[in-house]
Amino acid sequence: MSGDGVDTSKRRFLIAATTVVGGVGAVYTAVPFLASWMPSERAKAAGAPVEADISKLEDGQMIRVQWRGKPVWVVKRTEEMVKALPGLNAKLRDPESVDLQQPEYAQNVTRSIKPEILVAVGICTHLGCSPSFVPEALPQPYDAEWKGGFFCPCHGSKFDLSGRVYQGVPAPLNLEVPPHKYISESLILIGDDRGAA
Amino acid sequence: MGMLVNLRDWIDARFPLTKMWEEHLSKYYAPKNFNFWYFFGSLALLVLVIQIVTGIFLTMNYKPSADEAFASVEYIMRDVEWGWLIRYMHSTGASAFFLVVYLHMFRAMLYGSYKQPRELLWLFGMMIYLALMAEAFFGYLLPWGQMSYWGAQVIISLFGAIPVIGDDLSLWIRGDFVISDVTLNRFFALHVIAVPLVLLVLVVMHILALHEVGSNNPDGVEIKKNKDENGIPKDGIPFHPYYTVKDIVGVVVFLMFFSFVMFFVPEGGGYFLEAPNFEPADPLKTPEHIAPVWYFTPYYAMLRAVTIDIGPLSAKFLGVIVMGAAVVILFFLPWLDRSPVKSIRYRGPIYKVMLAAFVVSFFVLGYLGTQAPTAGRTMLAQAGTIMYFAFFLLMPIYTRIDKTKPVPDRVRG
Repeated sequence: MSGDGVDTSKRRFLIAATTVVGGVGAVYTAVPFLASWMPSERAKAAGAPVEADISKLEDGQMIRVQWRGKPVWVVKRTEEMVKALPGLNAKLRDPESVDLQQPEYAQNVTRSIKPEILVAVGICTHLGCSPSFVPEALPQPYDAEWKGGFFCPCHGSKFDLSGRVYQGVPAPLNLEVPPHKYISESLILIGDDRGAA
Repeated sequence: MGMLVNLRDWIDARFPLTKMWEEHLSKYYAPKNFNFWYFFGSLALLVLVIQIVTGIFLTMNYKPSADEAFASVEYIMRDVEWGWLIRYMHSTGASAFFLVVYLHMFRAMLYGSYKQPRELLWLFGMMIYLALMAEAFFGYLLPWGQMSYWGAQVIISLFGAIPVIGDDLSLWIRGDFVISDVTLNRFFALHVIAVPLVLLVLVVMHILALHEVGSNNPDGVEIKKNKDENGIPKDGIPFHPYYTVKDIVGVVVFLMFFSFVMFFVPEGGGYFLEAPNFEPADPLKTPEHIAPVWYFTPYYAMLRAVTIDIGPLSAKFLGVIVMGAAVVILFFLPWLDRSPVKSIRYRGPIYKVMLAAFVVSFFVLGYLGTQAPTAGRTMLAQAGTIMYFAFFLLMPIYTRIDKTKPVPDRVRG
């Protein structure tokens, strides 16, 4: 090669330069394809707030509404249930709700605006299953001293009736409390809290 | 005959037909002592063909949309002529695929087939296994049943456990804030086009790598070290017709089992097709008990086994790491194994005990992954996870100190 009077260092430089420019082009070409996987404008627009009517909700009952495709629970806790909540603090990961899993107005022991009404996103903070509602304070296979709450059948995570996560389970965080406000005594708007609280 | 010979010559002048036939079949010399365990490679190829053919026919009636997917599968099962057969062939094929691949991988562990010079062959095989897991995962969402939906929810949430980028990454995978029509549609594209193409390329590379280095055998002896005057290994026989005919016998027996499952127990007692998947997906309600299909349950049990935080790392993140590591560690097998011998026939007692314990832990974890979590089962899963990893992580030590037997020069049969 060198005998032909070819300047190999110049040739190597040109090959490297062409490769780099071509590589940059290839990376830019990948952008639209990768970006096409992000939520579309239609998916982003579908997150409108929803209303939940709690006028027929009895003590100890739960209703599910769908907000942004996720289940949102509205639970009416009895007085005893609310009173039992502080007693569980020692068994919980984040009893004071320090992690930002709730709006400021729900950063209290009941994690709610009204003490008896819990509004929470019914998606386990572990891997996204929807936990079962087990309100009765009866011994359970997963907890002999069960005081009522939510149990995730997928991986055994436990939450109390405020959606606070127990220690020693795979879920790392309390259940999320969505932004919400009371439009009237018995009507909750989920997904929008502007001008409230 | 003369015309056919002329045709062959005409093609050979333009395409290496005879050359390829000889290189990969009629003059590919395989060790003469293959046993039962050597059926599973060709059976995996057979199942791949079954999956591709039945899959193509399923797409002709399946509708990849959240509103229509579940109903279109029921339509295939009830109204399409022979649709039930094609669908059951595909769903049984999925489980059969993993069964033969697991047996194929275990064969490699028995006879040290991943050891030098077959490291790359093993790596291609592991990539096939990864692609197969992706293929099975994407495919399981398509019927849009309860298990499809919540299984995908859990697996995609695994990516959410990665610190910093996790939430955006799972959003990007779903293409929506929850699993939706968008997710279903893209999983369909990945399942029927993207991953199968990757799989086919990897299978070709796997076979090319195999034919370059030559097959291992139950004695773990390199037959290329003993060649006759024509350069043909003395312990080798041409793949065709000897092993093609032998494999046909394997195919017939395999198809007997396959047909039995397909015709009489297509749901496999809830292990091949899970009961909750006969209900349409409901984003508001998780089934009482969810478990992956059997071939993922060992990893699933390891994921659940991690329940303690270590410092700033949450149990959730660590569980995902353990689950990922359980698969990734298999890639390193050729470099973890320091034994001077390949085959289990000449290995010492420590390896045999460890391999047996590994198999037991894999089965125990596989069983636990199908069961609801309780305190006792979680502890058992933790023990199983430790055993699983001990097999690999202690391997560099115990394979070196193990007392091996002398390996013969030639294969013994």
